[in-house]
Amino acid sequence: MYINYSSGMQYQKFKGDFTLNIFVSTITRDLKMAFRNPSSFLNPLMFFVISISLFPIAISPEAQTLSIMAPGIIWVIAMLSVLLSLNTLFHYDYDNGVLEQMIISHHSLPLILLAKTLAHWLLSGLPIIILSPFLGMALFLNSESIYILILTLIIATPCLSLIGSIGASLVVGIKNSGMLLSLLILPLYIPILIFATSAVSQSQASLAIEGQLYFLGFIFVVSLLVTPFLSALSLKISLE
Amino acid sequence: MSKLKVTNLSCQKGYNLLFENLSFEINSGEVLKISGPNGSGKTSLLRLIAGLSFFDSGTIDYDAFNLNSEEYNLDFLYLGHLTALSQQLSCIENLKYNLLLGNNKLKLDFSSALKKVGLEKFENELVGTLSAGQKKRIALSLLFVTQSKVWLLDEPFSALDSKAINIIEQRIEEHCNSGGICILTTHQECNIKNLKEISL
Repeated sequence: MYINYSSGMQYQKFKGDFTLNIFVSTITRDLKMAFRNPSSFLNPLMFFVISISLFPIAISPEAQTLSIMAPGIIWVIAMLSVLLSLNTLFHYDYDNGVLEQMIISHHSLPLILLAKTLAHWLLSGLPIIILSPFLGMALFLNSESIYILILTLIIATPCLSLIGSIGASLVVGIKNSGMLLSLLILPLYIPILIFATSAVSQSQASLAIEGQLYFLGFIFVVSLLVTPFLSALSLKISLE
Repeated sequence: MSKLKVTNLSCQKGYNLLFENLSFEINSGEVLKISGPNGSGKTSLLRLIAGLSFFDSGTIDYDAFNLNSEEYNLDFLYLGHLTALSQQLSCIENLKYNLLLGNNKLKLDFSSALKKVGLEKFENELVGTLSAGQKKRIALSLLFVTQSKVWLLDEPFSALDSKAINIIEQRIEEHCNSGGICILTTHQECNIKNLKEISL
């Protein structure tokens, strides 16, 4: 009745087949759960849209003023909106015990966490990328700058989810940890904010932006390679 | 023939020493009941064996596998106090995902597993709409489809009625008759053959 995994070869045969399966299953599971509880990802998006649309009313409706401030406004609010949604990344799975099962699973924990982070980006980062051209237009960004804004968001919003996953895994067992999470994660977001806003601002002044984009790309690659392992380690400590 | 051997295991939570120099051995076909008062470390012991907690001293040996290696985790099934069921997913969706986490076989008969625990009609119901006892049954229905050899069951009979308890006891016996190992904690009397008991 039981499979003898100690035979080695049989285990290796199984292993390859199911690694992709757990990755895809985790993403579809998280998306399914989110769509059945839409407030978990719609609230941060509403915050993103409403906050940005209030700036022209609060500051000035003048095109020149708004277009100068637009990269900073959109990026800061995007960052805060991702931060708002980070609490839900591991929270439900911690409460019901699924995280424990993930930790003792024979599948790679960093791979499962990477799948969860990707699902989080699909629900938080991707809608921001889709909405940002419209909000950019509302803030009088020119088409060239909107293109650069989208480019920076495509490269850097995955970093927000990836870096945020470390903080979310560290505070997973703490109730009302929103403030602590912000304190932990916001300093790590600052380099992304600097390079992303600087790229969009420089494009408005028709200056070179390759340097900023390369830095954002570097942060993305490092985050992708390192954060799943750090999140896995911090989760194990948090659940110990 | 598999063997799980715990040698001189000690566990401390904060300043509280739960147990020290705990040793026991369990072979294929045996059931081990861990008993003891509340707070004596039963759950902590199961979590240590499952690889969820770190221990201060001692060793846990299971065949030739290292604790927390992929092969070790593949052979172990841990069902703790939490049911590991997501409220927004249906019973069958939860079962499929949990089984994928713990095993390597996908094409299994989940419907018959739910039938065994009397919840075949709730297959597509969201877990959030079920009672505590029903959730526990759904969690335990994994026992009818899992391929894991060693079962670590923390209070498996809590929130269950007597009929469900009998079903689970029979399943544990079947599992051990086929060469499996089961370690469970409970405050209730068990009607399981070949039951060994240690007290903390």
